[in-house]
Amino acid sequence: MSEAISALAGANNPNGFAAVAELGLHGMITVRGDQADAGFAKAVCTVAGVEALPEVRKCVGTLEGGVAWMSPDELMVFVPYSLVVEKLEELNAALDGSHFLAVNVSDARAVFGITGPKAREVIAKLAPVDLSPEAFGVGDLRRTRLAQIAAAFWMNSEDSFRLVCFRSVAEYAYNLLAMSASAGSEVDYF
Amino acid sequence: MSTRLSKGGRLVDTSSTVAFQFNGKTLTGHAGDTLASALLANDQMLVGRSFKYHRPRGIVASGAEEPNALVNLGQNGKFEPNQRATTTELFDGLSATSQNHWPSLEFDVGAVNQYFTPFLTAGFYYKMFMHPRPLWKHVYEPFIRQSAGLGKAPKEKDADRYEHFYAYVDVTVIGGGVAGLQAALAAGEAGAKVLVMEQTAAWGGRAVVDGGTIDGMSAETWVASALARLEEMPNVTLRRRMMGAGVYDHGYLLGYERLTDHAPDQDGPRHRLWRIRTKQIVTATGAIERPISFAGNDIPGVMLASAVRDYAVNYGVAVGKRTVVVTNNDDGYRTAIAMVEAGQEVPAIIDARGQGAGDLGEKARKLGIRVALGMAISKVKGGKRVEGVELCRMEGNGGAILETIKCDAVAMSGGWSPVVHLWSHCGGKLLWDEVENHFKPDATRAPTGADGKPFVLTAGSASGPLGLGDVLADADAAGKMAAEAAGYAPATTPAPAGDARDENQMKPVWMMPANPVYELRMKMWLDYQNDVKVSDVQLAAREGFESVEHTKRYTTLGMATDQGKLSNINGLAVLADSLGEKIPQVGTTTFRPPYTPISMGAIGGAARDDVFQPIRKTPIQQWHEDQGAYMEPVGQWRRPYTFPRGNESHAQAVSREITNTRTNVGLLDASTLGKIIVKGPDAGKFLDLLYTNMMSTLKPGKCRYGLMCNENGFLMDDGVVARLDEETFLVHTTSGGAAHTHAHMEEWLQTEWWDFKVYTADVTEQYAQIAVVGPKARMVLEKLGGMDVSKAALGFMDWTQGKLGGFDARIFRISFSGELSYEIAVPASQGRAFWDALMAAGEEFGMMPYGTECLHVMRAEKGFIMIGDETDGTVIPQDLGLHWAISKKKEDFIGKRGQQRTFLASEERWQLVGLETVDGSVLPDGAYAVVHGHNENGQRNMIGRVTSTYYSPTLGRGIAMGLIKHGPQRMGELVEFGKVDGTTVMAKIVDPVWYDKEGEKQNV
Repeated sequence: MSEAISALAGANNPNGFAAVAELGLHGMITVRGDQADAGFAKAVCTVAGVEALPEVRKCVGTLEGGVAWMSPDELMVFVPYSLVVEKLEELNAALDGSHFLAVNVSDARAVFGITGPKAREVIAKLAPVDLSPEAFGVGDLRRTRLAQIAAAFWMNSEDSFRLVCFRSVAEYAYNLLAMSASAGSEVDYF
Repeated sequence: MSTRLSKGGRLVDTSSTVAFQFNGKTLTGHAGDTLASALLANDQMLVGRSFKYHRPRGIVASGAEEPNALVNLGQNGKFEPNQRATTTELFDGLSATSQNHWPSLEFDVGAVNQYFTPFLTAGFYYKMFMHPRPLWKHVYEPFIRQSAGLGKAPKEKDADRYEHFYAYVDVTVIGGGVAGLQAALAAGEAGAKVLVMEQTAAWGGRAVVDGGTIDGMSAETWVASALARLEEMPNVTLRRRMMGAGVYDHGYLLGYERLTDHAPDQDGPRHRLWRIRTKQIVTATGAIERPISFAGNDIPGVMLASAVRDYAVNYGVAVGKRTVVVTNNDDGYRTAIAMVEAGQEVPAIIDARGQGAGDLGEKARKLGIRVALGMAISKVKGGKRVEGVELCRMEGNGGAILETIKCDAVAMSGGWSPVVHLWSHCGGKLLWDEVENHFKPDATRAPTGADGKPFVLTAGSASGPLGLGDVLADADAAGKMAAEAAGYAPATTPAPAGDARDENQMKPVWMMPANPVYELRMKMWLDYQNDVKVSDVQLAAREGFESVEHTKRYTTLGMATDQGKLSNINGLAVLADSLGEKIPQVGTTTFRPPYTPISMGAIGGAARDDVFQPIRKTPIQQWHEDQGAYMEPVGQWRRPYTFPRGNESHAQAVSREITNTRTNVGLLDASTLGKIIVKGPDAGKFLDLLYTNMMSTLKPGKCRYGLMCNENGFLMDDGVVARLDEETFLVHTTSGGAAHTHAHMEEWLQTEWWDFKVYTADVTEQYAQIAVVGPKARMVLEKLGGMDVSKAALGFMDWTQGKLGGFDARIFRISFSGELSYEIAVPASQGRAFWDALMAAGEEFGMMPYGTECLHVMRAEKGFIMIGDETDGTVIPQDLGLHWAISKKKEDFIGKRGQQRTFLASEERWQLVGLETVDGSVLPDGAYAVVHGHNENGQRNMIGRVTSTYYSPTLGRGIAMGLIKHGPQRMGELVEFGKVDGTTVMAKIVDPVWYDKEGEKQNV
């Protein structure tokens, strides 16, 4: 097997008022099912290594092991890229016999990190979301639009965001994020 | 003449020198000047020519309402027309040129138009240029375009960049005068999250110019202390150079922030468009002074009285050495007082009222200013600048000149109109105030939000009150109400105490003098920018234009870039007078966003150049680009159309790719193909409803082609479905149709068949999909090794998965070309490596990549339809002879009932056939099949059209597919097709499958 390459092979721009970087390949499993079902929740949590499923518009854990709320019947499970096939099989086995869908979308996505004290502003230029500290904190997630593309993002720590979009538009997303973070364009609002 | 004063100028730094250019002449001003104040400081009274008559025009106002002083600003990539000098902050190196003059501002040939004024009345263009019709296009329009118009269009690409910003606040206060600041204080103290925007660079608005005391402080001191208090509040944001541009439904508000207009060399975006969601909006937008309609009121040097004192107090500029003040209210006296206090002469205050002013009148008299009561300006004397005024009695026709006063400026005050624009944008209604003679917001009929409650409030003079004390009380109440409506408990602290207003009542003066003769009326300007006069509005009324909206369009009153900020009320008062109606009965025209023009760049935001739109890229895109492939848009993807080699034309390259694929082996990047997983116990049932044919009977390991229609029965998408296991299907869609098809599935699952146990997921981009096509395709795969791809192991329409040459591969034996063909999906992150491996393995077999055009021709040779070519949203599968793919066993599927409607079931519909020109040429794309006679539009009668047409190198001739009336029954018959050059070409109706009709080649 050849070496797997992410959409932008780790492109990054540290020169703006927030650093923007493509974070390489991450294991991602789209899981659809009944989040109220204890068995379903347990299986997903086990695979992701988290205690409980995230609440609405939240993300728990990390890219190496975490779960993001995507819709009332959809979750995104994060696992290390090297383990995604294995973890998917684990999940399929655990949920066998119930009605659910689990599918590997690791290669269908690009993952970005936006980091810096004013990282909020980078996203607030592109997404119709209230990114004020009162409204959006660590663990908060939105599945929304980033200018003209679909994207999901969450705050993984103070001053740091993770953002996921489709792989095919990774370049567009990267260029937008880098431009929005360019020095001299600080909004100084939050 | 206008000049810089030795003292005064609270906004300018008199120790600084800023050099700028106007019409190529280098002038200087101070930091803090606007372009307008700097021009006036240099005695540049003449700043432009009017739109229609090319009359000399000077600066009238000091703010956003300015109609005349529009300039072309900047050069090359920073050039922008129609910029108001009054809102343009001066910076070093600023370069401006005046507009609408030829050959020069001082001497303008077009000014002869004014001698034809009697002919250029309202509606002149409509009446004059209607007949004869051909002259409009060839004579009238080019002439009018040359002689009329404002600024020039930029010729170069905009050098600046722009951006958007999304903000969510409780209370947005628009306007940073004392009312806005007090409203912000009241809302901020209640704990609401407040955003305050001020369109200029300076806080304080009019109060700091006009004076007065607030809580015992001067207005200026109070503003400074209010700002200090607001800055300390963490819940309050203050932004200068930011205009409230438009108010929209549900508390949506656009804020237009000008970041570098005053400092063009600064880094960062030029403008930022704030897209704000706010619970409450407080418009503290103040009021705008009205001009007075007297003859010659457009001569440079005639200015709003408030602007004259703005220039004196804010910028230390005297508009005139001898300024005559003409007014119908007490406020005008402030200008006379300010000018005298600034050491200038005021020969007289012309007060149209008999009783004169109150306290201010007394103050003026004490300063020794002569006040002429009950008097009027009959006419302003002068051309390019004011030379004097002729006085007459107000209650007369202006015929009897009582006196002539020499002066170099006229300050006019016709009363004040609240700025109600933002209140009105979203449906706020207005009331006519009989005392102040202005429209003011009717608080009982506010713009309402989704909850039916008001979401816009007005504060200060934007509400109507004009006295400082009333303004502050109103603003304080507005701020508290807004905070309360946003869910906060306002404090009970009282409003700051401001001076009471002790003024005599104003007198409405819509024409000066009261009954002017025609010669005067046709020199009384209402709309400076569009050259509309009192006589034009009166003419419109006589000609039957009773509605203010019609009069506006007929006369162009209020239709210029200033949107009638100065002219609307005066104009509709004249209209009401002409119609014998009261002003409120005539009403106003509609106020629409934006408040003043905002840049196109700000609207577009970041979307330009490489982020103009998202371009979707496959994992193999870079390889295609490196080969110099000619790319074509397919949805948001860019796909290689062909891979030309050397000096090949595109047509030659396509032919080569086809021939090579049909004789050796070709490689196609099919990654863009839509891929949707459909899983669940009801997946089969669901797909049976989605597709016209049966999918539930498909066995795992097998593929089936299917058609998808919308509810009306029209063909929407097609593709191959593979059954992965008992519960799981993989649906392939067209490249452009993946997102739409996925949304279509979810729509039905979520709204109609919510009880189905089915989940879907779009996995289009998880895979790079590559088609290996041609007689030698199997050899290439066998060389890669790892999987049995023989006919026995992997027959036509089978799929399998395994390790192919070390790659995780899912192989589908499907063919869109008629050749032996494998479509292989690998994880996208391995896509490029897999492509490279295939190219290497295929080298000895003559493998070449091919593009979408080769794909198209090969599928046409096979008679395969293409969504978007053979279909256009009005075509049903039956039109395309696809009856075989429409299940007759199924009780229902989406589109079934639609297809049974009489029109769709008709035998008369155009149906798919193959077409071959008699001479072997290629039919023009989209050509119509014509028969004798003409339809009601004078066009040839038509019986069909070409849907796809290509040169087939395989057949050595042009081939086409088309929809022809009764086509399938007319095999072998000749049909005539119109060509672009007006001639026609004959084509024979044939079977659309030209290549390997038995399908032996794809099934080896």
